[in-house]
Amino acid sequence: MITKRIIACLDVHGGRVVKGVQFVDLIDAGDPATQAARHAREGADEIVLLDITATHEGRQTLLDTVRRTARELFVPFTVGGGIRSADDAAQAFEAGADKVSVNSAALADPTLIDAIGRNFGSQAVVVAIDARRDASAADPVREAQVFVQGGRKLAGRRVVEWAREAEMRGAGEILLTSMDSDGMRTGFDCELTSAVSESVNIPVIASGGAGTVGHFVDVFGRGKADAALAASIFHFGVSSARSLKEELAKAGVSVRLPC
Amino acid sequence: MRVTVIDYKAGNLTSVLKALRHLGAEPAVTDGDLALVESAERIVLPGVGHFAATERLDATGLTTAVRAAIARGVPFLGICVGMQWLYAGSSEAPNQPGLAYFAEHCARFPGGAEKVPHVGWNSLEVRSGSRLLYSVEPGEFVYFTHSYKAPVTAATAATTRYIEPFAAAVERANVMGVQFHPEKSGATGLKILSNFLSWKGQGTA
Repeated sequence: MITKRIIACLDVHGGRVVKGVQFVDLIDAGDPATQAARHAREGADEIVLLDITATHEGRQTLLDTVRRTARELFVPFTVGGGIRSADDAAQAFEAGADKVSVNSAALADPTLIDAIGRNFGSQAVVVAIDARRDASAADPVREAQVFVQGGRKLAGRRVVEWAREAEMRGAGEILLTSMDSDGMRTGFDCELTSAVSESVNIPVIASGGAGTVGHFVDVFGRGKADAALAASIFHFGVSSARSLKEELAKAGVSVRLPC
Repeated sequence: MRVTVIDYKAGNLTSVLKALRHLGAEPAVTDGDLALVESAERIVLPGVGHFAATERLDATGLTTAVRAAIARGVPFLGICVGMQWLYAGSSEAPNQPGLAYFAEHCARFPGGAEKVPHVGWNSLEVRSGSRLLYSVEPGEFVYFTHSYKAPVTAATAATTRYIEPFAAAVERANVMGVQFHPEKSGATGLKILSNFLSWKGQGTA
């Protein structure tokens, strides 16, 4: 039986893992290669490394980090942040990434999705969408807005419509982050996640808001997510993917166990 | 061990090469140098993406070289599209023939309530006697990402269920294929690749 995936996400800044609340107030949370290996050992189904600096000068640092992280990692490994061209993607793949995640660069030029998919296959392209409900809209969920620049700026696209376009262009997965919930540990936005998941035929990875096991049960059930991303729940020894999955199994969610 | 990995410009080989090196093999990559196929002790054909990309194998002469190597008894492993290539063809690219080592055709998962592609960790039901999947326990998980699949036949070494049962692994004589990605399937995947590398190689096509 296909299982729900628990994906460990490492936000990386200047070669170090960091964690903030709503993308600000960053705290150092360790070495990416060490953290990725630990998460894989402790049962994470997949690792995502998001470079939140993503500056031009930082690219070489990022590629070194990717190479070092990928070396002994034998689960799927996604790299995001600063992938602006098919060439950037090629370098990330060469360094050991299995998938790249594209966000603002794909919004600026949607053909980037086609280009990476054509060269490396759809399975290698994750389109990350930073979303906020639109309180002023008739339907705040179905008309949720896409944001860029770490959630500071409107992209001028509706989330559901952009996810559909991304799929049509050859995205293999959607990584949906609720900016309203991110870092708050109050739960995923299940309504928004299910609205997107029901609109596309590719997997949707829910992100933003994980704080308890119950939040994961909700997003896999009501939220219709295929996978869920977790960062803060794993850091600082709060929990491990394995213990999370053992609890999910007890709640009737199909997960990869033993792992 | 001299493992020849075939590059037909369909996606990224880094992960496969990394896993083979981790297991002590010395992979050599060819995108057309037939001597590397002729001297190979093992051949691995990875592959992600579109079945049509296998056209390049015909154009470069690799198809003929691989066919000859298989006939000599060189152990061969196809991964994902590389497994599908062992069949007569795929509805993904109806005009592009496969190697036809196995007579059947690959087809897309039927549409319906479940999403296609099939992405994620799913469990294996291993048939007894598989050398490739030696010591893989019932229900061990491996990582899949694909929309097309091979049918279950007598040569099927393991089945997986998604929408319907399909061939997760195939094995006959010295020819083996896996629909999943052993290089991305944790300890289970490394065990399978290790079985392939350590198999003594009795039996030929």
